[in-house]
Amino acid sequence: MTTSVTINGRPCALRADPATPLLYVLRNELRLNGAKFGCGMGQCGACTVILDGKPVFSCVTPLGALEGRSVRTVEGLGSAERPGRLQAAFIKHQAAQCGYCIAGMLTRAQALLERNPHPTEREIRSHMEPNLCRCGTHHRILAAIREAARGDAA
Amino acid sequence: MKAIDTARRAVLRRGALVLGFSLLPAAARAEFNAMGLPPLANPRLAGSLKNTPLLDAWIRVAPDGRVTVCSGKVELGTGLRTALMQIALEQLELAPADIRFIGGDTALTPNEGFTAGSHSVADSGSALLHASAQVAALLREGAAAQWKTAADTVSLRAGRAVAMDGRSMHYGEALRGLRAPGLHRIARESSPLRDPARYRLIGKPVPRVDIPAKVSGGAAYVQDMRLPGMLHARVVRPPRPGARLAQVDLDAVWRLPGVRKVVRDGSYLAVLAEDEWPAITAMNALAASARWEGGAPLPLPQDIHATLQGLRAEDIVILQRGRPRMTPGAGVQARHTKQYVMHGSIGPSCAVGRLADGVLTVWTHTQGVFPLRAALAELVNMPLDKVRCIHTEGAGCYGQNGADDVAADAALLACAVPGVPVRVQLMRDQENLWEPYAPAMVTSVHAQLDARGRIDQWQYELWSGSHNERPGNAGKLVPAWLLAQPILPSPSLPMPQPEGGGDRNAIPLYDIPNARVVNHFLPVTPLRTSAMRSLGAHLNIVTIESTLDQLAALAGADPVRFRLDHLASQPRARAVVERAAERFGWNADAQPVPHRGRGFGFGQYKNLMAYVAIAVDIAYDPDLHRVRILRVACAADCGQVVNPDGARNQLEGAIIQSASWTLHEQLRYGPDGIASIDWSSYPILRFSGVPERIEVDLLDRPGQPFLGVAEAAQGPMAAALANALAQATGVRRFQLPLLG
Repeated sequence: MTTSVTINGRPCALRADPATPLLYVLRNELRLNGAKFGCGMGQCGACTVILDGKPVFSCVTPLGALEGRSVRTVEGLGSAERPGRLQAAFIKHQAAQCGYCIAGMLTRAQALLERNPHPTEREIRSHMEPNLCRCGTHHRILAAIREAARGDAA
Repeated sequence: MKAIDTARRAVLRRGALVLGFSLLPAAARAEFNAMGLPPLANPRLAGSLKNTPLLDAWIRVAPDGRVTVCSGKVELGTGLRTALMQIALEQLELAPADIRFIGGDTALTPNEGFTAGSHSVADSGSALLHASAQVAALLREGAAAQWKTAADTVSLRAGRAVAMDGRSMHYGEALRGLRAPGLHRIARESSPLRDPARYRLIGKPVPRVDIPAKVSGGAAYVQDMRLPGMLHARVVRPPRPGARLAQVDLDAVWRLPGVRKVVRDGSYLAVLAEDEWPAITAMNALAASARWEGGAPLPLPQDIHATLQGLRAEDIVILQRGRPRMTPGAGVQARHTKQYVMHGSIGPSCAVGRLADGVLTVWTHTQGVFPLRAALAELVNMPLDKVRCIHTEGAGCYGQNGADDVAADAALLACAVPGVPVRVQLMRDQENLWEPYAPAMVTSVHAQLDARGRIDQWQYELWSGSHNERPGNAGKLVPAWLLAQPILPSPSLPMPQPEGGGDRNAIPLYDIPNARVVNHFLPVTPLRTSAMRSLGAHLNIVTIESTLDQLAALAGADPVRFRLDHLASQPRARAVVERAAERFGWNADAQPVPHRGRGFGFGQYKNLMAYVAIAVDIAYDPDLHRVRILRVACAADCGQVVNPDGARNQLEGAIIQSASWTLHEQLRYGPDGIASIDWSSYPILRFSGVPERIEVDLLDRPGQPFLGVAEAAQGPMAAALANALAQATGVRRFQLPLLG
């Protein structure tokens, strides 16, 4: 038995047990590094991916709930060689220290910008609230999101 | 380096450790204790060349001209890799993309002990600055000999040695012209260094080499490793320190789908599975079937400081100046406290191990691959040269988190399945329950002014457990305690001045004629503790700077003016204080606004490294007991700046992290054990709480030594907040966290 899910635009028949959290399917069956294990309880956002346009915690989203749905990870936003607009803004602002939280920050912010291309500062901060950064890179993350929202990033 | 290895192996043999350490000379003992460094080879060399003077330990040139740069320091998410590349490539005339850089591999790099204490640019950077300048000179010399011309007519350009007439050769060819070929030679005591005014990489905001992979899902962390045939492991730790495993049903777990092996050794429990989720499922089943007995009861948080002051202490007088003697008169007397704080890495610790062909390899995000290797060799009873530790990045650690412990798990489990690679990651609650916390501390200060309103008397004491429980012997690693034949930790030792541990920054930099400072080092405390960014400097600077503000008020002086008046002999300290005040727009005549507070904090990290001054503006909401940080103005002098954007990033991060510790963070615990198992029971600052504005000014000092910066803002930011909150509320708080 498999579960059919579109991952970064590509249809995938996933073999993992339907009870498996999406995080482990992405990381192990699909060998995607972006989503990270942080807490396993939806408290930190390191595992954030975009499910049908909304940011979700992949660590608490079972594969079985995803039949026929569409998931995007940070890999779907661009690559190191050809970064997407938001990724380019993160690079420009050097918006990472250890970077472990950053893929989750990018996916959460991407979901906001697709729904609301010109968010206010308050909207950005409140949208990003679920995601934790321990290094204190918040200001650079906010600057990168603002820049991508203005649309003048490379 | 062979001789050093042999010595360390002898020292670290199981059971011989205490004796071994006592046989070392005092200086060596201090080095092992504090930074895990090998002995000095030549104290007149720069940075870590002192310990590892061979040029080819740092810079290698292959016959085809390709350059490899090695450092014993590791990337902890601070941008160090990029900064070290900038330094090493400045005079080699190469770009970061042209070379291979290796940071922290016991088979390939120098032993630089731990990447800690804001030492890395000073130690490794200085070594690379000098080694690369000497290598550049040798390249010119080698090329010149082949062209039969003078070395000063040869220049280096984009990886080639170039003659005046335009002939050129790559670096591999150039080296062949040396009378004794190659770079396997001892560094000289002086180096032909470039004039800092002509730097093309040092001092420039070179983009970090690691960020593109981190924003795009590239393999950037040890968590991302997938070796062929790799098993996923999970461990089961006891519910509280000291508990022993009484009973467990291994057979039921063996039968679960995907499980390949269940390991029990005394109270040590783990499961290995073909995939990660089955490993977690099996871990849960194993934990559910385990029955534990005993364990050491913990005190209550409200009793911890009295408990600490009642413990057996090693009393060390670290300063005795003038005639410290209190008289009746205007003064300040206070006792400040700090609760246990957690490192709180976003990624729980992880390691990969493999035992193949008689060699145990462990990929680890430890801060010290060499000290860890020694501990692991002892743990699995293998010779040191059969164990290799390769640094691979993890989440930011800010000190000793679970990295070394999980590396021990990977070593033990790799040995249980020879030939098969094993990846093991801790779960969130395991990381939280077993990491070595930043110690709870107590300080006591009594200070007095003279008749002119200057500080005349200063008496200071502090009580703290160990800030350094790094390996060390194998007993410094949690898994070693749990084995049927446990290995106990070697005794805790104080870290000596001038850097200090709990007493880091306990000596005020200010001009005070009569002073006495005593460190009460507590070898045994209720909880396991170790290094966390800035160590004791966090609370010591809070105490000193809170006291300065109170003394200034007694003297009727503006706090910034009062600090400057006591820093007459410290021009660089004055410069950062003045710059921060200017950037903030500090006005000595400003009238207080209800529920608003401005505060100032200053410190020179360890009284040796970067100078940081910070002014903050906060708003306090008395109904919600909440603080909004409206503005932070920071000025820093970290000597010659290597990467200004990197230094700013570190300072901004330190300001936010320190705000989180200082306002909010405290470990929850009680007689039943640790209760801070997740982010709801250990909240840290989120986006809504970070300062609204942060401005950082760097006072660059071209040509001056590199001073570490990564930890330097923790104390000053905390102090500025304490002083601002005192003004905003009208009540000074002496307990950290301030809002606890």
